[in-house]
Amino acid sequence: METVLFYIFAVLTVAGGVAMVSLRNPLSGAFALVMSMVGLAALYAMLHAEFVFILQVLVYAGAIMVLVIFTIMLLNLNREELHEVPVSRIRLLVMGAVCAGLAWAAVRVLDQVPQAKVEMVADFGSIEAVGRLMLTDFLYPFEVISLVLLVAIAGVVLLAKRRI
Amino acid sequence: MGPVGMHHYLALSAILFFLGVFGVLFRRNLIVIFMSIELMLNAANLTFVTFARYTGNMDGHVIAFFVMALAAAEAGIGLAILVMVFRNRATVQADDLVMMRD
Amino acid sequence: MERYLWIIPFAPLLGAIVNGKLAALYARREKGPPEWVVSLVGCAAPILSFLVAAALFVQMRAAPASERLFTQTLYTWIAAGPVQVDFAFMVDALAMVMVLVVTGVGSIIHVYSVGYMHGDRGYARYFAYLNLFMFSMLTLVMAKNLPLLFVGWEGVGLCSYLLIGFWYRDIANAAAGKKAFIVNRVGDFAFLLGMFLIFVTTQRVGHPTLDVPALRALVGEHPQVFGGIATAACLLLFVGATGKSAQIPLYVWLPDAMAGPTPVSALIHAATMVTAGVYMIARMSFLYDLAPAAMAVVATIGAATAIFAASIGFAQRDIKRVLAYSTVSQLGYMFMAVGVGAYGAGIFHLMTHAFFKACLFLGSGSVIHAMSGEQDMFRMGGLAKTMKVTAATFLIASLAIAGVPPLAGFVSKDEILWMTFSTPLQPPWLPYLLWAVAFVAAGMTAFYVFRAVFLTFYGEDRVSAEAKHHLHESPAMMTVPLVLLAAGSVLAGFLGWPAALRGGNWFHNWLAPVFGGHDAGHGGEHALADVVGPVAASAGGHDATVEYALMALSVAIGLAGIFMAYRLYIKNPALPARITARLGRFYRMVFNKYYVDEIYEHTIVRPGYGLSDKVMFRFVDMGIIEGIVNGLGITARLVGATVRLFQSGVIRTYAFFLLLGFVLIVWRMVR
Repeated sequence: METVLFYIFAVLTVAGGVAMVSLRNPLSGAFALVMSMVGLAALYAMLHAEFVFILQVLVYAGAIMVLVIFTIMLLNLNREELHEVPVSRIRLLVMGAVCAGLAWAAVRVLDQVPQAKVEMVADFGSIEAVGRLMLTDFLYPFEVISLVLLVAIAGVVLLAKRRI
Repeated sequence: MGPVGMHHYLALSAILFFLGVFGVLFRRNLIVIFMSIELMLNAANLTFVTFARYTGNMDGHVIAFFVMALAAAEAGIGLAILVMVFRNRATVQADDLVMMRD
Repeated sequence: MERYLWIIPFAPLLGAIVNGKLAALYARREKGPPEWVVSLVGCAAPILSFLVAAALFVQMRAAPASERLFTQTLYTWIAAGPVQVDFAFMVDALAMVMVLVVTGVGSIIHVYSVGYMHGDRGYARYFAYLNLFMFSMLTLVMAKNLPLLFVGWEGVGLCSYLLIGFWYRDIANAAAGKKAFIVNRVGDFAFLLGMFLIFVTTQRVGHPTLDVPALRALVGEHPQVFGGIATAACLLLFVGATGKSAQIPLYVWLPDAMAGPTPVSALIHAATMVTAGVYMIARMSFLYDLAPAAMAVVATIGAATAIFAASIGFAQRDIKRVLAYSTVSQLGYMFMAVGVGAYGAGIFHLMTHAFFKACLFLGSGSVIHAMSGEQDMFRMGGLAKTMKVTAATFLIASLAIAGVPPLAGFVSKDEILWMTFSTPLQPPWLPYLLWAVAFVAAGMTAFYVFRAVFLTFYGEDRVSAEAKHHLHESPAMMTVPLVLLAAGSVLAGFLGWPAALRGGNWFHNWLAPVFGGHDAGHGGEHALADVVGPVAASAGGHDATVEYALMALSVAIGLAGIFMAYRLYIKNPALPARITARLGRFYRMVFNKYYVDEIYEHTIVRPGYGLSDKVMFRFVDMGIIEGIVNGLGITARLVGATVRLFQSGVIRTYAFFLLLGFVLIVWRMVR
């Protein structure tokens, strides 16, 4: 059961990724990416990462991608503007092969890692557990990241204003 | 096909990562480049969570959380810059932006 | 007394520094420093040196012959491994003679200069240079080791250059100074090689040194080893001497050196610097004794130079030029003497020559001064009427150089002639050939000197009207030195009066210990028959007849020369012109100094310039060195241009390289 589900969601994710990098219209690409992220969310759920699963759906697919789609629609690109200078076929194939090769190499490397059957705590991946971690071991990064978000907000406002 | 193990998830994350790399290298549309970067980040997240699951250590989840927060910040600023570039240059083609040469 | 050795050279050095500073201080002003200050400092220094030397001499005389050596080491100059050279002075009998001559004649000439250079803008500079010269010359003479001698050697060369080109505003004078220095340098190079050869040989026997007394001991202990290199080393040193003492082939600078002030010509180019070569050979007599071949070369070149230069003196118009060639010729006699082993005789002639040649030069200076700068003898004549003292002293000095007894020139020149004739050499006919050459040259000497005398002071008056206005005898400051030197020319001979004429030859005996019994000389009580052979040593005996005969001959030829000059320039003044017309081409060749300068110019100087310009400048400097330097710049630019290609501005390229780097890093980490 688990295997079947894994493959379904894996294919979904990869298909979304492939679509995203190949479709000409970025809006289509954005939607493909959303689909990919949903697939990933499911995979997180399968990995007993409940908190991350929720976050993926809420933040990534729900907020970030929506922002991207907003921006795309704001730009309102027409056909000519979307036209990209075509890449030479050979270069495409070569780089494709290289990336595939690198991916395969990465997989091989990762295969070296020994897998052990691990004991998991009862509330593994739950919000309480992660929250507890964040407010104890990772307190400092937690606070810093709030600052980062603050700075990001200020920056974005400053950047996008027409008149300061 | 045996039971799904760590290796499968890791292989998947590798594939996703290099898909993202491919997209950054080969697409000229800035938005697509940006989204490819997001894809790469996601692949990284998957790796962290996988390792968390298979070592019983929840630090991976925390890291994934932070990555997501940073991705949000980065998305905001990146898109703001993109909008500014479009306003000034009326283009979203990466090849048209060669202001960084001497 | 030894403690005061340093005063002798350092007093003039101090004088040079003081006057030099004064000159520099006043350099930008219109007039120089007050002359009386400069004169006082400039003359006091050599006079002080002379007094110290005289005191030293007195002390030396009181000591027994074997103990006549004063040394003083000031400090260790070089201490680098096997090379240990001290700044050390040594005064033995030989050096004592030289020091007295240098300081004595030097002081006289300094006083003369006060009058001669009066009014010259460079007065202080002149005395500074002159004192500096005294310092260098005294260092040379008093040096205890070869490197220090070389320091003095170079120093006098430098001062010669500075003083020849004293009136540097005229580029011809500067060129003359340059010529002197460069020609000297050629000789110096050979000198250095000789010195190095000697040093290497001392290392071979395990006792590396360049200290003269130590060398003498070493040579005595290892005659085989030193005998092997002696010829080469002595010849090399001699080449240096030909440069410094103006012998063939490096004499060409001396006639040009007359561009300098006349007292300079007198001091440096007659009495002292040019004698440095002779002194050096006498100093190294112990080494020369091991190389009869080298000695033969020295003697032959000396004789050849003597006659060659004398012949040029026949045709010169400039009074100083005549004297210059005369100096070259007389130096030839000195070298001939040391070449046959008669070191004492050579030094004796050095001393007498200093007196009469300096007197002649200063006399000519007096004439030039009175003639407002005219130096052409054919525009003089009959000056004896107005310049009585100058004429008288000039005449006396001329008689001395012509070899008229009992003046000094006769005694010393005759001793040389006798020693040349009577010393057995290889090949056996060489002594007779050398004597013949020297004999003829003696006659020529008498001729050209009296030619100068008659043309200048007697005979018809050819002085231009405007020169006649200023014609007057020179002031006392200039005539008194003339008198002193003339007196020396008369009296100095008695110091070395030969035994054959019932004299004690005090001079020869004084120097004999220095030359270790190898000195050939017709001495008095001191005779070492076993070493030199029966021919040269005896005071009386069967050789006396030959000696008397030769003596008579040389006097005769001297008088003949004077008589010839009288006939040509007083009795029958039209005769010379007819003779020169008859001789035509030959005369012109002699007049142009046998075109030696022109030959050198074409064979050495032009190629030298060519090498310097075409090869060293164009090829080595501009081509190679600039090429390397420019090449560095070009390389930097090329590298930069190549690296710049990475800075395309295209973001995707940057992303690509990012990925590449990342993969590499991960690769390394995973390995």
